[in-house]
Amino acid sequence: MTTLSAPTQTRRRRKAPGGTGSLWTATPMTRLILAVTIIISAFPLYYMIVIASRTNTEATDMPPPFLPGGKLGENIQRVLTNPDAHYMTGLTNSLIISATVTISVVVISTFAGFAFARLKFKGGKILLLLVLLTMMVPLQQMGQVPLYRLMVNLEWVGSIKAVILPFLLNGFGVFLMTQYTEQAVPNELVEAARVDGASTLRIWWNVILPAVRPGMGVLGINTFMLNWNEFMWPLIVLNPDNPTVQVAINSLNAKYGTDYVLIFSGTLLSILPLIVVFILFGRQIIGGLMEGAVKA
Amino acid sequence: MSLHVDAGHPTRAPMPPSRRHVRPRPGRSFMTWLDLKAAPYLLVSPYYLLFLVFGLFPLAFTLYYSFFDYDLTGTVEWTGLGNFTALLDDAAFWRAVVNTLAMFVIATVPQILLALLLANALNKRFKLQLFVRLGVLLPLVTSVVAVAVVFTQLYGRDWGVVNWVLGWFGADPIDWKAERLPSWLAIATMIDWRWTGYNAIIFLAGMQTIPKDLYEAASIDGASRRRQFWQITVPMLRPTMIFVVLNSTIGGLTLFSEPTTFYNGNVHGGTNSQFQTVSMFIFEQGFREFDYGYASAAAWLLFLLILIGSAINFLLIRRIGGNK
Repeated sequence: MTTLSAPTQTRRRRKAPGGTGSLWTATPMTRLILAVTIIISAFPLYYMIVIASRTNTEATDMPPPFLPGGKLGENIQRVLTNPDAHYMTGLTNSLIISATVTISVVVISTFAGFAFARLKFKGGKILLLLVLLTMMVPLQQMGQVPLYRLMVNLEWVGSIKAVILPFLLNGFGVFLMTQYTEQAVPNELVEAARVDGASTLRIWWNVILPAVRPGMGVLGINTFMLNWNEFMWPLIVLNPDNPTVQVAINSLNAKYGTDYVLIFSGTLLSILPLIVVFILFGRQIIGGLMEGAVKA
Repeated sequence: MSLHVDAGHPTRAPMPPSRRHVRPRPGRSFMTWLDLKAAPYLLVSPYYLLFLVFGLFPLAFTLYYSFFDYDLTGTVEWTGLGNFTALLDDAAFWRAVVNTLAMFVIATVPQILLALLLANALNKRFKLQLFVRLGVLLPLVTSVVAVAVVFTQLYGRDWGVVNWVLGWFGADPIDWKAERLPSWLAIATMIDWRWTGYNAIIFLAGMQTIPKDLYEAASIDGASRRRQFWQITVPMLRPTMIFVVLNSTIGGLTLFSEPTTFYNGNVHGGTNSQFQTVSMFIFEQGFREFDYGYASAAAWLLFLLILIGSAINFLLIRRIGGNK
């Protein structure tokens, strides 16, 4: 958040005495670009609401409808009671999976980030390099066949365990928390705690954790959204009667291809949790993105 | 390092008399060892355990499987490099490679240019800054499947908004799914809609680290804004550009969800696989044909493709930045 406002302020301050402020003032062209971008960004989401609140006859009208209708409640009712989608199960599963993975990844990454950033140990540098290298490997594609067969052998196919466990592996999280800890926790602070006789775990709890909380937040939001959107692996390893929300939409899409209002209502419902997260934490999401980008 | 020594020694140093008889001394030194020497390894171990089971093990087995021939009856036979040579001879595989590369180029080139333009606009002063940035990032929070569902409708042949708008200009309705180029274009717009704003925000972060004095000096020298953009902003953005392009390369070459949803959840990618990507090909071979060996070999070729693609893009960007 601070990263977000700080550059703006320096710019404003510098502008006044310098007199070259015109370089940074938005021209009408700038405003036009931004306005068009926001309209394009918002239109498909708006259109989702339009179709989800109409009937199928209206949805296939020519010209197409551009204002919402009054059938949203009814259509969502149809999604929730659809026998092929198992939509409520999908929503619940997605929530459980995303929450479990998010909490675990944040904890695992904070531990590892602390060790890499502030504890010196043999092989630490190489181990960190290994994390970076594995981030380049498309594990999703590279590992799907053996992972699937592993899940078959464990008899986990169809169970959300099979989705949760592989996604606990998150190299980006370790990398992000290492960077964040390095920046947020001065080495002297750790040393001082050590001299006072604090154990490693205590230092983690009392010194590291309070300082890296914003980084954990960014990682948490990121991980949640990523897992909520995950499509390919759940499609492989889950059955349609116990889906995630994305797999449930896929079932609707595959079986009721022309029932647009049904599919759109399901889709709209599936992004609501993300919209809530976005409205609540939008500022942090942008701050985290920009901070991460400059460091990478 | 000095830290460990300081904290580690007191246990071995002579203790005050009162504590010399305390029994748990060996236990204490074990605890100290645990705390100082073992703790870092314990802290990083969850990640590496997960990596062994869900990273290294699958990778190794993908390589192992790729040397075997699986068929539907369950017979498994060693074929050596047979899967790889068969893939290189397989028109369906090459079609998937061409589709993937084409969609990657059609999507990424405009996307990077638009993101630069947008980031430049975002870097100016205007009101409601946070609101505008959130608006730009809005597509990112929509799930990929949701994006694909909406765009598939927008690109519908009979009732789609895109064809309706094209109709104003007298164009005949286009069957976006039927042919290669239209389907590639449709899928590329889905990707760009979702990622352009994200990349613009990343570029914006990079732009804000460029010293403002450079621009001020340049405008005193009479350089136009456009010139400043190409001669200061773009070259100074090189590190960010590498990050963005490598990210897009990995994402673009592993494309799966958009084209799959575009064909109603079917990984065949259209009647003639006109928009089947390599990821979808791997999925189809592995989980529709159950030819694990063939799918695994294709996965390794995809990895090779990503390495080559990343290397080319990396060199290209270094070059572009270096010239200016």
